[in-house]
Amino acid sequence: MTIELIVVLLAAPLVGFLINGLLGKWLKGNEQLSGWIGSLAVLVSLVCSIIAFASLHGGAAPFDETLYEWITGESFAFNIGFRVDALTSMMLLVITGVGFLIHVYSIGYMHGDAGYTRYFAYLNLFVFAMLILVLGNNYLMMFVGWEGVGLCSYLLIGFWYERQTATDAGKKAFIVNRIGDFGFLLGMFTLFAAFGTLDFTSIFDAAEADNFQKVFGASTLVIATLLLFVGAIGKSAQIPLYVWLPDAMEGPTPVSALIHAATMVTAGVYMIARSAVLYNIAHTGEVVAWIGVLTAFFAATIALTQNDIKRILAYSTVSQLGYMFLGVGVGAYASGIFHLVTHAFFKGLMFLTAGSVMHAMANELDMRKMGGLKAKMPITHWTFLVGALAIAGFPFLSGFWSKDEILHSAWGSSPIIYVIGLVTAFLTAFYMFRLIFVTFYGESRVEPEVASHLHESPSVMWVPLAILAIPSALIGLLLGWGGHDSWLHHFTKSVFPEAHHDASGNMILFMVISSVVGLAGIAFAWSRYRDRTPSDEPTNALHKLLANKYYVDEVYNALIVQPIKNGSHYLLWRIVDNGIIDGIVNGVGAIIRFIGGTLRRFQTGIVQAYIVSMVLGIVLFLAYYLFFT
Amino acid sequence: MLLSTVIFLPLLGVIAIALLRGLGASAVKGIALVIGLLTFIVSLGLYTGFDATTATFQNVTQQAWIPGLGTSYHIGIDGISLWLVLLTTFLTPLCILAAWNSIEKGLSGFMMSLLALETGMLGVFCALDLFLFFVFWESMLIPMYFLIGIWGGERRIYATVKFVLYTMAGSALMLVGILALYFQNDNSFDLTTLSGPFEHSHLLFLAFFIAFAIKVPLFPFHTWLPDAHVEAPTAGSVILAGVLLKMGTYGIIRFCLPLFPDAAAEFTPLIVPLAVIGIIYGALVAMVQPDLKKLVAYSSVSHLGFVVLGLFSKNPAGIQGSVLQMINHGLSTGALFLLVGMIYERRHSRMIVDFGGLAKRMPIFATIFMVVTLSSIGLPGLNGFVGEYMILLGSFVQGAFSKIYVVLATAGVILAAVYMLWMFQRVMFGTLDKTNEALPDLNAREIVVMLPILLFIVWIGVYPKPFLNKMEKSVGLVVTQVQTEPAIGRAGERIQQDSELALHGTQRVQHEKIEKEAQQ
Repeated sequence: MTIELIVVLLAAPLVGFLINGLLGKWLKGNEQLSGWIGSLAVLVSLVCSIIAFASLHGGAAPFDETLYEWITGESFAFNIGFRVDALTSMMLLVITGVGFLIHVYSIGYMHGDAGYTRYFAYLNLFVFAMLILVLGNNYLMMFVGWEGVGLCSYLLIGFWYERQTATDAGKKAFIVNRIGDFGFLLGMFTLFAAFGTLDFTSIFDAAEADNFQKVFGASTLVIATLLLFVGAIGKSAQIPLYVWLPDAMEGPTPVSALIHAATMVTAGVYMIARSAVLYNIAHTGEVVAWIGVLTAFFAATIALTQNDIKRILAYSTVSQLGYMFLGVGVGAYASGIFHLVTHAFFKGLMFLTAGSVMHAMANELDMRKMGGLKAKMPITHWTFLVGALAIAGFPFLSGFWSKDEILHSAWGSSPIIYVIGLVTAFLTAFYMFRLIFVTFYGESRVEPEVASHLHESPSVMWVPLAILAIPSALIGLLLGWGGHDSWLHHFTKSVFPEAHHDASGNMILFMVISSVVGLAGIAFAWSRYRDRTPSDEPTNALHKLLANKYYVDEVYNALIVQPIKNGSHYLLWRIVDNGIIDGIVNGVGAIIRFIGGTLRRFQTGIVQAYIVSMVLGIVLFLAYYLFFT
Repeated sequence: MLLSTVIFLPLLGVIAIALLRGLGASAVKGIALVIGLLTFIVSLGLYTGFDATTATFQNVTQQAWIPGLGTSYHIGIDGISLWLVLLTTFLTPLCILAAWNSIEKGLSGFMMSLLALETGMLGVFCALDLFLFFVFWESMLIPMYFLIGIWGGERRIYATVKFVLYTMAGSALMLVGILALYFQNDNSFDLTTLSGPFEHSHLLFLAFFIAFAIKVPLFPFHTWLPDAHVEAPTAGSVILAGVLLKMGTYGIIRFCLPLFPDAAAEFTPLIVPLAVIGIIYGALVAMVQPDLKKLVAYSSVSHLGFVVLGLFSKNPAGIQGSVLQMINHGLSTGALFLLVGMIYERRHSRMIVDFGGLAKRMPIFATIFMVVTLSSIGLPGLNGFVGEYMILLGSFVQGAFSKIYVVLATAGVILAAVYMLWMFQRVMFGTLDKTNEALPDLNAREIVVMLPILLFIVWIGVYPKPFLNKMEKSVGLVVTQVQTEPAIGRAGERIQQDSELALHGTQRVQHEKIEKEAQQ
């Protein structure tokens, strides 16, 4: 591996962004070209990623080099530098692999859109930023990519900028992410204050050194890792900052697949896996695991009652991200990353199939208006089914392996967490197959004018679906066979420290339990929804609470957004700024003017008056001297 | 000689315009632009000839001026003023070009004011004599007074009087301070011979600091700024935000910190909260402004709060970050005012409600606006991030004040995103109103005005090293001058060499202690 390879890997999507961004005006006439330029750029990165992976797999040492000095001074040095080890190379393959397929898919999906070139420019820019995020060899570089992907997410959620809901969602995503970034920044400062550097290897080596604990005490790392986790909560949509992700579905569906399912939202998981050494020493993984499992459960309950396909997938993503945090939280870093990889494939696949449905249904998302789509869209149906089976933990499909590893490790950490995770697995299988049965089976409820041109998507769209379906089904088997002794665990062994908890209990037993729970969820969905539409009105209070997503958005709005807005407007601006501060400033002027105006009256210009006052003055002076001295 | 040329070349332009104004509007504009560009090109010589390895003043000229008063024409630049000089010479021709078609009456007077203003500003940044400094400081007020008062908006008289009186109030205090220093310096105004400690240093510090705080403006001295910005013509706003505000922060770094380190230390607990209040308060009030210019004006209060915070962190990263942020703010806020001016020329409104959906009609404008917005909210990869990051890092790691202030200041980063993106959404996104359907996108001249700024926005974001390099030594000198007690970080350097751990701040001392114990 050489620095040139990394630079090409990174530069390709940047070049694609510049071409589509700057020359978009001239490319407009030929949108196919624009789309293929964007896709080709990612293909170049994919090839470079494969070369990097092959080199590491062949036993090469991790790559770690500085490209140039960025922000440097006498007492600090922050460089543009890259690190490629087993963890990075896994991420690279996911980003460029799934990314490439989604670019190709978008060529068909975005066909005819007025912002076609702009779309591919943004998408390339996203890939560039995401690559920086995983390639950086220090926290600051990670942060650069971290904010960069946030920007692209903002731009792409609000891609159809004439829609108020879209731009609102984009803005919300950026701001909520910034709240997380606030934590990330402070976490970086804390680390720098302790270590004098933000380079991964230097920090990890120093933290592992014997005298570290007695010099710093444990608190520094506890604070730093928790602050960094705040960043992860924002970026990866965990409680309490998950609220932006469901709204992010306003963006084009391939964007939801790439950014809001497969790659960007997993950045928080990557960050914690990268910082495994620190989380292990600080013992803050427990916090991570609890937030993760609670988010997984909480989001799954919301997904039970939604009727918008993309919203269900969005809450499902929040929920699955919770699983990943659960994994890395209990110290099963490789398992967390394993689930990240499998999820990227099957969730990316499901979003793209949802896009395929939308494409055929004139952008309809409400599954109550669908039903029976299986007949008209066989490929879409079968690929979606693969994804749904994978996420539901159907035996031997990819989600089965990765989720099971996480649950198995969770048992070793805390049986309560394990039980919550298992219940969530049941809910997951249920809501996913509720979606399948209502959308693809039963009677068609499609409106006639839509039904007349209901069709399978063009090949540029269904081929990526078919390709994605293969890893969605099989990648778990490939990477995860053997459980904690699998290929993935061996490959990433050099990156992750030993787990806290030795996995205990019989792996086979856990697998059987998980499978039964998953199948039960599917069966339950079948019993309720195989020939029934979800009701339009919530039937009871709990249903209503879930359908309204626990009113979290409403509560945030009432408790945070409105008070800040109104307080700023009335209290700070009108009263403090205009009233008090400017009142004092103008008041000083008014007082001076008043004094001047009063004194002016003595300058009447009438000579007699001056003489009178002069005489009066003389008399007063004389009187003073005569009587008082 | 080079430096004097840079300072007085614009004044030559003033004279040339005065003599040749009869030739018509295009000649006046041409002369102004040529002089502006020429000044910039000549000033580049200051950069190329600048020796970054020393903190001493360079390009120094000292000529007898009024010997009886103990004052001389003494000018020179260091790594801090270099950048402010370049910022001034960079922004002025852009302002001239931006005002190309927007000044309907008294064009020659406008251009003369602008160029005279440039000489005044450059003089302030280069003067090494307190008397000369004060002369430039005051002389700058006159053209600014005219710029707002003649070419301003509806309430221009109120705004310009408020601006001038407010500044004068500070100047009066500063004059007293300057005189007090004069008497303590063997009846000399020479800045380079000044050495403390001075008598009544607390009062002197305050006399200078209040003058500069008004200029910055530091909360609660800021209320002149929104009025002045709203009423000023575009070029006036750009210069005001881009350069004039920096005179306040420049004054702090040139006078308050190095001359009165004890007083600076003592007042830090008072000043830092004001800076942090400014950051948050400015952002919150900016958020609810209905007028684009007012929004940008209040955002300046917020941004300059960061600069003051960095200056009073009194460590290299923080102060370097502040100096860089002065440049960054000049670029991004200058650009914002230019953009608001461009849209005002088309629509004759600055009210946010009058817009919406402009991205569809004006894609180039929207794209440039987006980049500048992102620069302003400190997105990594663009200039604003580098400055803010250094300020916050410096303040956090070795700041001379509690970390809670840094935490609050960092929260300002969230608010910046709120007010800027909300504004951007309301102006650029949504559906296009009928009244705005005919608005043309930027023309070639306007693109030419914006491109150089965009270039530097990206350059500083991606590769700030040339900028940081040149200021490093000068900032280092200020840091040594202001650190009244030997800095803990410095004392620790020896340990760092021995230790495998590169430890920082107070923890080094702790570390040293533990090692000693271990040896016993």
